[in-house]
Amino acid sequence: MLLIHCPYCDETLPELEFAYAGQAHVVRAADPSSQTDEEWRDFLFIRDNVKGVHAERWQHVHGCGRFFNALRHTVSDKFLTTYKAGEPRPVLDDTERSA
Amino acid sequence: MTELALSPDFAPGLLAESAAARVTLIAPVARFSLRCKPASRATLARVLDLPLPETIGHRAHARSREALRLGPDEWVLTALEGDAAGIAADCAAAYDAAPHSLVELSDREVTFAIDGPGACDLLSLSLPRDLDGIGVGQGRRTVFDGQGVVLWRDEAHSFRMDVWRSFAPHVASLLATGCRELALEM
Repeated sequence: MLLIHCPYCDETLPELEFAYAGQAHVVRAADPSSQTDEEWRDFLFIRDNVKGVHAERWQHVHGCGRFFNALRHTVSDKFLTTYKAGEPRPVLDDTERSA
Repeated sequence: MTELALSPDFAPGLLAESAAARVTLIAPVARFSLRCKPASRATLARVLDLPLPETIGHRAHARSREALRLGPDEWVLTALEGDAAGIAADCAAAYDAAPHSLVELSDREVTFAIDGPGACDLLSLSLPRDLDGIGVGQGRRTVFDGQGVVLWRDEAHSFRMDVWRSFAPHVASLLATGCRELALEM
């Protein structure tokens, strides 16, 4: 069982209260009709698939209901930090990056 | 050990009782979901004559009305059943000064009261959350065996749990089974 810190409730809670919601910081174009087919394909389907630190969206669905973002290491599955939606992706130091 | 089925018309009363815990379906109450921006909070608190808590999980109580903060912009209100029309009218009158969303949920949920020395153990059977994180006089929205519930902790061993009506028979039978099993271990 993963323990996840909700930045809105400020509590660390079991993963059963949360739902995963894909990669974070995927931004829809401001003017959708200006997008080419390739740009739409990248926006809709192409994701990072990094080995290392990955930014994810999560929702505290059985709690405050809010979406927030998390930095998670895809090798260890560890949550490195969580932050509110709309905040920039935090910069981690080297010790956290290798967690 | 007493164990009674949840009646199809949700008649309030005792559902299960053992040496460990007692589960009761309580009488219907008026329930509302209130959502608003921070700027509207003070006005709505004055209109409702009920403080709206600032911290998620905290509760406020005034006469027969009670408010629990569920999220950054969301509260659940409970009141006497006859009070529902008055609350809706009062908030509607204040809408221009304090924009908000008020939705009546009275019939969506039923409330189980769970108390007794084994109340925490009984809830822990299907509640992943650490109950020590919910102080006496607080409440939380959480999950119980896959169903979203609102849990109110009234005393150390006394809880109320709001469950969606359609899931209530399942939750009631789980709680009754738990009552029986925990009594065997005592």
